[in-house]
Amino acid sequence: MAARLALRGVALGYLALLLALPLGIVFFNAFGGGFHQAWAAITQPDALHALWMTVLVTAIAVPANTIFGIICAHALVRSDFRFKRVLDAALDLPFAVSPVVVGLALFVVYGRTSPVGAWLLAHGIHVIFALPGLVLATIFVSLPFVVREVAPTLAEIGTEQEQAAAVLGANAWQTFWRVTLPSIRWGVIYGVVLSTARSLGEFGAVSVVSGHLAGQTETLTLFVEDRYQAFDPVGAYTAAVVLALLAFATLGAMNWLAAKEKSKWQSLPATSEKASATTSP
Amino acid sequence: MAATDLALPARWTRSKSNNGIGLPAAPGIATAYLTLIVLIPLAAVVWRATSDGTSGFFEAILQPQALAALRLTFIASLAACALNAVFGTILAWVLVRDDFPGKALINALIDLPFALPTIVAGLTLLALYGPHSPLGVHLAYTQAGVGLALLFVTLPFVVRNVQPVLMELDLEAEEAAASLGASQLTTFRRVILPSLMPALLSGVSLAFARSMGEFGSLVLMSGNIPFKTEVASVHIYGQIESGDVAGAAALSVVLLAVALVVLGLVALFQRRAARGS
Repeated sequence: MAARLALRGVALGYLALLLALPLGIVFFNAFGGGFHQAWAAITQPDALHALWMTVLVTAIAVPANTIFGIICAHALVRSDFRFKRVLDAALDLPFAVSPVVVGLALFVVYGRTSPVGAWLLAHGIHVIFALPGLVLATIFVSLPFVVREVAPTLAEIGTEQEQAAAVLGANAWQTFWRVTLPSIRWGVIYGVVLSTARSLGEFGAVSVVSGHLAGQTETLTLFVEDRYQAFDPVGAYTAAVVLALLAFATLGAMNWLAAKEKSKWQSLPATSEKASATTSP
Repeated sequence: MAATDLALPARWTRSKSNNGIGLPAAPGIATAYLTLIVLIPLAAVVWRATSDGTSGFFEAILQPQALAALRLTFIASLAACALNAVFGTILAWVLVRDDFPGKALINALIDLPFALPTIVAGLTLLALYGPHSPLGVHLAYTQAGVGLALLFVTLPFVVRNVQPVLMELDLEAEEAAASLGASQLTTFRRVILPSLMPALLSGVSLAFARSMGEFGSLVLMSGNIPFKTEVASVHIYGQIESGDVAGAAALSVVLLAVALVVLGLVALFQRRAARGS
């Protein structure tokens, strides 16, 4: 019993020092000068524009990766093709590569000194230091989430219902919309939540390709750094609080979805093997 | 389903009747998208790093400042991963075997470093352990501060990898060991730990990969002092800003190589874990 209490103390103390206290202090620093000061900091034009850029980039990157994710999961689970193992392995690269390297990679391909970048510039398309660069960087870093959530679900549901639909005369499109998509929807939603959190919070990769033009190419995470470096801690902490609240919303959504998934599997005792493999508390 | 799924992709290849109904275009579309978004840009970095010849590549990565940044990143990552291997296992054990009010909340909190933007993580640590620390602990702009930031961002990896294995573990073996007179420590070392090892190693590897490339949480916390607190990704960022793209690409290739090796190790550990269960 004493050992158990000691371990509990160590675990909770570690979490408090590493997670809870630092977060608490950020809220304190943001609102320490009063709510009005914080409100003024987050409603200044540059802050609002940065928030808008973050929302815009996320609104492009997440749907792109969701569509790709469903197609890619389908390819991995339902098809056999030559390079399947390579594709599977390469999907993990965005999780392992440094965000700065991602930014550099886009810089090398689309910068003004590269043939591709020069050609695009000659046709009036700016990628680096512009919105397309921010979007490409965000798509890169959040690419695997939907695939990795959907593929196991797709493998689990099998093809019996789809075959039944096909036998009854449904075409491929109808089968997908009416049979496949409803069965994998929780996997898709979970992947979308994770992608959205990653997209809203990406910093390193967008930092390289953004050019840090306040009011133009600055996202909310870049705004945090910019305000801190400009000795405007209230601006930095207030924007950080906005991002932290979005992170909490993500956590809430993840837990809600995990609970939903768990109760679904518990109501289907035949698949208890799957439930214990993929649900954690 | 927790955020581990992103770290521990379930292997679906052996599951039932999956081939048969396929979208004929899906493999092509998936491969093209991944190639365009991920593979071509990364290949371009490798190409750029070696475009001045292999001597230029080695010259760039053997620069004293680049070497110092690599060494610090490597040592700090190892240290952070070792600490989180211990604390992560303790946390997982407490979350699975212990019971106390508020446990569900604590369990949800573990994923926070995955959900919180890295720059916010850096700012939060700076607020508590920086120059205006209310605790009087000043770790900003030190190597300890670098380690602290890495501890923060890698916290969930070990917990979320070990936790499901611990839940699955049979209590009978432990009870047998205890009834045969093994102490709690011996039971843990000889009975529990061997079963946890593949998951633990896979979590540590993922944490290590993450640490080696970490940027956002270190930008503010480390102070970026060359030869002292500058990590590899921050050094690369500085090189890009000063126009040394070839140098930045060379160091990036080193980080890419480390990432590939670690991904290979993770695959190995996960195969071993799958065989063990």
